[in-house]
Amino acid sequence: MSTPALEREARYTWGGDEFLFVEVDEAMSLAANFKVMTLASKLSGAALEGVTDICPANASLLIRFNPDVLAPSVLEATVRGFEQDAAGGGAETLATRIVEVPVWYDDPFTAEVAQRFREGFHQEPSGTDLDYAAKVNGLTDAAEFIRRHHEQPWLVSMVGFVAGLPFLFQLVERQKQLEVPKYLSPRTDTPRLTVGHGGCFGAIYSVRGAGGYQMFGVAAAPIYDPAQTLADFKDFMVFFRPGDIVKFKPVTEQEYAAIQAEVENGTFRYRQAPVVFELNKALEDPERYNRELMEALDGM
Amino acid sequence: MACEVKSPGLSTTIQDQGRPGYYNVGIPEGGSMDQYSAAMANALVGNPAEEAVLECTYLGPVLRFTEPATIAVTGAPVPIKVNGEERPEWTRLGLEAGDELSFGPLRAGTRYYIAFAGGIDVPEVLGSRSTYILGGIGGLNGRKLEAGDVVPVGQADAPAAGAPTLPEEFRPAYGKEQTVRVVMGLYDHRLTAAGRESLLSGEWKVTPVADRMGIRYSGPGVEWREREQPFGAGSDPSNIVDAGYAVGSIQIPGGTQPIILHRDAVSGGGYAMVATVISADMDLLARAAPGTSTHFVEVTLDEALEARKERSAFTARALAALGMP
Repeated sequence: MSTPALEREARYTWGGDEFLFVEVDEAMSLAANFKVMTLASKLSGAALEGVTDICPANASLLIRFNPDVLAPSVLEATVRGFEQDAAGGGAETLATRIVEVPVWYDDPFTAEVAQRFREGFHQEPSGTDLDYAAKVNGLTDAAEFIRRHHEQPWLVSMVGFVAGLPFLFQLVERQKQLEVPKYLSPRTDTPRLTVGHGGCFGAIYSVRGAGGYQMFGVAAAPIYDPAQTLADFKDFMVFFRPGDIVKFKPVTEQEYAAIQAEVENGTFRYRQAPVVFELNKALEDPERYNRELMEALDGM
Repeated sequence: MACEVKSPGLSTTIQDQGRPGYYNVGIPEGGSMDQYSAAMANALVGNPAEEAVLECTYLGPVLRFTEPATIAVTGAPVPIKVNGEERPEWTRLGLEAGDELSFGPLRAGTRYYIAFAGGIDVPEVLGSRSTYILGGIGGLNGRKLEAGDVVPVGQADAPAAGAPTLPEEFRPAYGKEQTVRVVMGLYDHRLTAAGRESLLSGEWKVTPVADRMGIRYSGPGVEWREREQPFGAGSDPSNIVDAGYAVGSIQIPGGTQPIILHRDAVSGGGYAMVATVISADMDLLARAAPGTSTHFVEVTLDEALEARKERSAFTARALAALGMP
């Protein structure tokens, strides 16, 4: 991948008296996200008393702490220490999983909402989000955009915004990243499970609500299940974790309906397989390495 | 014990001290917007601070009690009526079976709190009873109260003792102007000197676009530095690569209208934050009605920590005045 290794040191800054913000890089890259995950896991492992939330994001880390228990200077020194330790480099690996996410692209639910939010909201009010995304990426049509969207896997680079929403970074060279502007003004409505895209990031909207990303389809199964009825949610109501790898699988209306029925009767399981993600391999030759990763799903 | 919801009000939810620890998956801390008022309501009825209360926004509910109850109402100034007769705020009230509790129009502020001796007996979700509407968890089925709901009230360990009324000196003021202390930082370097100056010297007014997620202000606007945007950040100078949002942080999409994130905030996104309201002043924001004129004053991190200590000490004195530990 054309992304160079990180050379700069992180920037440390305060969000009032309860938040330390560590900006690993201003720009998004796989290397930056890896460094964020490394810092988050070291801090989590240290189990520092007074740290209440460790929120790894795309290229930055947000830490909430109780300054009555943990002095800000001690927290900052601790994280800086972890950054020093991590600067040594070496082969970086991540024990994670690859998950197949069925998506009904070009579906009627997002199309209906897109129709309601055109004039004043969208760059091209007369067209669809998919046509617009294809055009700004220099692709021939929506079908080509959809193919580019699902043929290579994505890394969950951050979970948040609302409950369990994954931000996704496609595991391809920077010049092949799909990029689309967000809506000119955010919508007040987005169907639950909308597969969206803004900047270089993909997303799956876990719940219905506001949103500014372009909309391309709907995922067929839930990713947030507060009632924890499905087996994949037995341990926690949120499905995705940072570091998960997502492979979108296009499904037809009939396949979508069949999955919905499985969700309804409680039998749906995500197809997933454990993998060890190796940063260097991903940086060297992403598409070749992606084939290797995706093979892990074939045996499932 | 229980009380019946005859009319739910505009947005009445069950809240407690919040749900820390899940911000990393986008579940906000939640909890009472005005933590001080909620704590005093609990103290007046003899509850520990962690019990859940009802948070009422602007237009209050009508509640009917099926059994005797001890309650207290604190927060924004509002006429409290029991069977149509006015009762005092910030005071322990004894209700009989069949009594109906209702409220007049708010005189100022935005939210008031009803505590019940024994607390509100809904199940904890991820360690909290707070309602998080967007995620559909906590409170009563993860939503605001509806007519016909029954709010289950717990059994009090002992009748409330101690002073029945919070002295005036411990009650918040609800003025038309606020001074809100902030720590500059996060992405403040992205503002021009003039932009920074207008944030800190301008008059900002609370708009009606204010809820548990955030409060939008209108005012003179700010100016961002021009730059080539980093990869993945989006094209507007107020955009960043999506990052975690500090609760209390101020973002100014497009440079015109600041939004301050509050307890049900989205946990992250792509707008640059330029300052953060100190923890001691978060309750103040929760009391700001639309039209409130607001000035942001910069303090250092040390000053923020000092203010936090003063706020804790003030709360401790108020609790002592009520005879609570």
